[in-house]
Amino acid sequence: MDISGTRRRVAIVAGVRTPFAKAGTDLRHISAIDLGKMAVSELVHRSGVDPAAIDLLVFGTVVPNVLAPNIAREVSLMSLFPKTIQSWSVSRACASANQAITDAADQIVLGQADIAIAGGAESLSNVPILHSRGFADALVAASKAKSLGQRLGALSKIRPRDLIPVTPAIAEPTTGESMGESAEKMAKVNHIARRDQDEFALASHMNAAAGTKDGRLTAEITAAYIPPRYEKTLTADNGVRSDTNIDLLSKLKPVFDRKYGSVTAGNSSPLTDGGAAVLLMSEERAKALGYKPVAYIRSYAYAGIDPGEQLLQAPVFAAPTALKRAGLTLKDIDLVEMHEAFAAQVLSNLQGFESQYWADRGGFARPMGAVDRSRLNVMGGSIAIGHPFGATGARITTTLMNELVRRDGHFGLMTVCAAGGLGFSMVLERA
Amino acid sequence: MTTTAALTVDVHDGIAVVTIDLPGEPVNKFSAAVIAEFDELMTQIEGNTAVQGVVLISGKPDGFIAGADIDAFLDFKSAADAESASAAGHRVVSRIERSRAPVVAAIHGACLGAGLETALACSYRIATDHPKTVLGLPETQLGLIPGAGGTQRLPKIVGLQVALDMILTAKNVRANKALQTGLVDEVVHPAILRDIAVRRAQALAAGTLRASRGKDPGFMRKLLEGNAAGRAIVFRQARSMTLRKSRGAYPALIAALDAVQAGFRETPEQGFATEAQLFGEMAATAVSRELIFLFFATASLKKDSGVQGEAPPPLAVNQLGVLGTGFMGAGIAAVAAMQGLPVRFKDMKHEQVAHGLAAVRAVLRERLTKKQITRQQFEDQLSLVSGTIEYTGFAHVPLVIEAVFEDVAVKHQVLAEIEKVLPPSAIFASNTSTIPIATIAEGSPRPERVIGMHFFSPVQKMPLLEVIVTPRTAPEVIATTVAFGRRLGKTVIVVNDSPGFFVNRILAPYINEAARMLDEGVAIEAIDRALLDFGFPVGPITLLDEVGLDIAGKSGAIMAKAFGSRLQPSESLGRVLAAGRLGRKSKKGFYLYDTSGRKGGVDESVYALFPATMRTELPQEDIQRRCALAMVNEAVRCLEENIVRAPRDGDVGAVFGIGFPPFRGGPFRYVDAIGAAEVVRRLVALDAAHPGRFTPCALLVKMAQDGQRFYPATGKPV
Repeated sequence: MDISGTRRRVAIVAGVRTPFAKAGTDLRHISAIDLGKMAVSELVHRSGVDPAAIDLLVFGTVVPNVLAPNIAREVSLMSLFPKTIQSWSVSRACASANQAITDAADQIVLGQADIAIAGGAESLSNVPILHSRGFADALVAASKAKSLGQRLGALSKIRPRDLIPVTPAIAEPTTGESMGESAEKMAKVNHIARRDQDEFALASHMNAAAGTKDGRLTAEITAAYIPPRYEKTLTADNGVRSDTNIDLLSKLKPVFDRKYGSVTAGNSSPLTDGGAAVLLMSEERAKALGYKPVAYIRSYAYAGIDPGEQLLQAPVFAAPTALKRAGLTLKDIDLVEMHEAFAAQVLSNLQGFESQYWADRGGFARPMGAVDRSRLNVMGGSIAIGHPFGATGARITTTLMNELVRRDGHFGLMTVCAAGGLGFSMVLERA
Repeated sequence: MTTTAALTVDVHDGIAVVTIDLPGEPVNKFSAAVIAEFDELMTQIEGNTAVQGVVLISGKPDGFIAGADIDAFLDFKSAADAESASAAGHRVVSRIERSRAPVVAAIHGACLGAGLETALACSYRIATDHPKTVLGLPETQLGLIPGAGGTQRLPKIVGLQVALDMILTAKNVRANKALQTGLVDEVVHPAILRDIAVRRAQALAAGTLRASRGKDPGFMRKLLEGNAAGRAIVFRQARSMTLRKSRGAYPALIAALDAVQAGFRETPEQGFATEAQLFGEMAATAVSRELIFLFFATASLKKDSGVQGEAPPPLAVNQLGVLGTGFMGAGIAAVAAMQGLPVRFKDMKHEQVAHGLAAVRAVLRERLTKKQITRQQFEDQLSLVSGTIEYTGFAHVPLVIEAVFEDVAVKHQVLAEIEKVLPPSAIFASNTSTIPIATIAEGSPRPERVIGMHFFSPVQKMPLLEVIVTPRTAPEVIATTVAFGRRLGKTVIVVNDSPGFFVNRILAPYINEAARMLDEGVAIEAIDRALLDFGFPVGPITLLDEVGLDIAGKSGAIMAKAFGSRLQPSESLGRVLAAGRLGRKSKKGFYLYDTSGRKGGVDESVYALFPATMRTELPQEDIQRRCALAMVNEAVRCLEENIVRAPRDGDVGAVFGIGFPPFRGGPFRYVDAIGAAEVVRRLVALDAAHPGRFTPCALLVKMAQDGQRFYPATGKPV
């Protein structure tokens, strides 16, 4: 692809997120919509962008609220904004916020927008609990009944087992395999040792703890003042454990294969609540308004793989493609941010980047190469920080661009694996 | 009809749609000319057999009829004048009621006073389900009673109890509530108001719809109101409650009760005649004169830019910064959010911000509980307030209000910090109540953009805002701040920078005098009762408990330092404070408080902190004169020193800031009412007994000599 500069460039001007909190903890009473509003409101205040100048808002979420399914519209209808900001929601599993960002960026590249907000939010404390088929059938029949007798007749068909609610599982609809089972399978197929997984998880916590302590990580977080009583204020991610160690991690029991497994709660990302957003502008508009962009989007790529094979391995196709579109090689990259669904997945992806086998399967002449681990997830990743599905992509984008500036780097690469066998990668160029 | 006519008629298919639209006026109001037009219109309609029904609708986008033209009340020379004006109104409104072609009132927007009274005479009333649609009879707020048949017709339609509530409290009722009580017969979307009204007029004309007589009263209402004995109970209760609450200071409330009662005891003709007669009597009272003065004074302040001479246009304030998330800061943030303004809400620590947000939420929550806003509005307003402990988000803020700790060093530090991030055009307003604005402005390289915004606590309830200006404050800054204060729903007076500004300055001698009487041995309850009877909403000792002895002490010291012995507080107050009696906040003060903070009787043990060993009695009039005249004298001194720009501002400030009895109009009106010479005579007598504290100020002495007044004796007061 031509990147010689004839296209409009998309600048990322700012990024803000809520603290990420383990599901069922501090943010459990805040909906995904409100988490999204919290991040977007702070983004607007910090950046000083005029709400009336915003053209569009795209937001991602994975488990939508059935009563308010268009999260982007709900967020864009917040009282800070004019009601005229058009908006839409996207879903690409764990890469949903990335999808939101690339959707918005494409609109800017096409000249159909100049200022956009993109991000995502998830509340895994508030997943919809469904009624069983039998209960739902009876309720629908009762609502159509024309007399009290008919109504009672319909309701009388409910059996005790129908009253057991159905909780959606994080499982592949096609294979029935859960996310954890897929990671467990990848660990086995790629021979990822338990020790390596635990050490990777430990590094995630240590890097995140350091970033929290020295303020690099918290700089992109808005304090969450928690209504209705405002008794507690969450100012940092609550899953980061500065006090964990390899002994503690290695003592945890495998969750998905108790006998021969290696994937544990310690080396997986936890269910998390949070929201994140970035402010995008066309290069010209940013300059005209006096903004100093943090980074430009240099390229991106999505990829797919058979979910029944290695569900979370698609980044090995996406990343080389993004690099190729950027006209770069791994040697040009100063920083790498990879979404950590599981340590086993990151390590499998890293292995794949170096492998001729995966290069051949992706149609690349050579493997992408070995990622320098000292440049990888330098402020931790989803294992320590947490993973609100819809928000993670915007978190990684923000961290990558801010750290590029701090390290005086030039290019940054990010990857995100996603359910359904999907993968994403983007190259950022420091502005 | 002429082009200046208020009424236009459009006849279609037997229905005459009468549109009322006063040319050149923002709202429709009834004057003698409009009434005459109605009279003429009814004659035409009676004579035109092609007209089978009538719809009365407004041509104003958001208002039906706002009431009578209050300017006209100033022309009444006597009670008889006002009585005959009311009788003339009755005659025309009755023509609507008895019209051959039934009249439907199509109500969108404010339908108040004579507007509602006209609607009550119609055969059918339709209101729109729009937030701007409100119905009410506010006459008693002006010391009057409804004079266009309201006291006679309303009880027959909504029942005695609902009618008395509406008339005595002057409350506005929204459309849905009006439908519940039967005040209106139907509620529709504004888009179909006219069409439905025409249809109802056709149905009334065809006899398929009967003229509305309100809602079916229901069993309980019939039981209580359907017989003379039951009604007597209702009247007796209403009368005793009204007397207790108003302490007899508002005769119109009793007159309104009398007029309603006459409607049940007398023939309809006599009832209307009684209403007209009582309306006339009330219009001639001093109370009504003062309340109408306050109406005009606040109306004229709404048009006042705050700048003398040519005023620059106010800057647009599209968001607000609030520094300090304490009780005052939270109140300011909440009222701004109510107006749809984004607020950046900053303090030093997260706990303070969280506490402030909880306070903002409580203010908004109360509005939700009272159904003044919907849940969505509540959520929207709350989410406009964005808490932070950083100076981020201020780069585009045009106006910042600080409500941080009352200490010059702290204010200067905050000012220095915020100026680094604010745009150069931003205004810095201080909510200080004790520190001179000029002193605060010394901490800024742009002192012309520093101003005072003295809100009163609780911000969401208190109607007054003092805007404090220094000689250096830029006119644009004044105009912007005044316009912004008004947008927050406040009545704004511009006050020149001086210790205590205006309101706290005139409060000081009033409180001091009460404390000195305690020194002399006067009982706490005797002092409070005397000033309640004078018309203040709370007595001075209760006020001390409410404000807090610490705050009062701080303010008292500043006053004494600035103005010397005249405003030197009694030393006893220092002893009360030192004894840990801070007032309500510490549940220990002059009164007793139970564990939940409810106020009880006087805490007798506090007397031990005062020099007098025995209680002495002082005539109530002496107590009232000492407190009130100390305040009045200080107020006139403020005008003399150009602290307030006009008597109007001083009167509005005293009434809305302190609760100076509204029926007395304010300190300057009070001087006019009893005469400057008499005020000086009383002050001289008091000064002889209490040397140094009551020396009449020079302006009063001069006015007494020359026989001058603050306001013209006749015509429009401001």
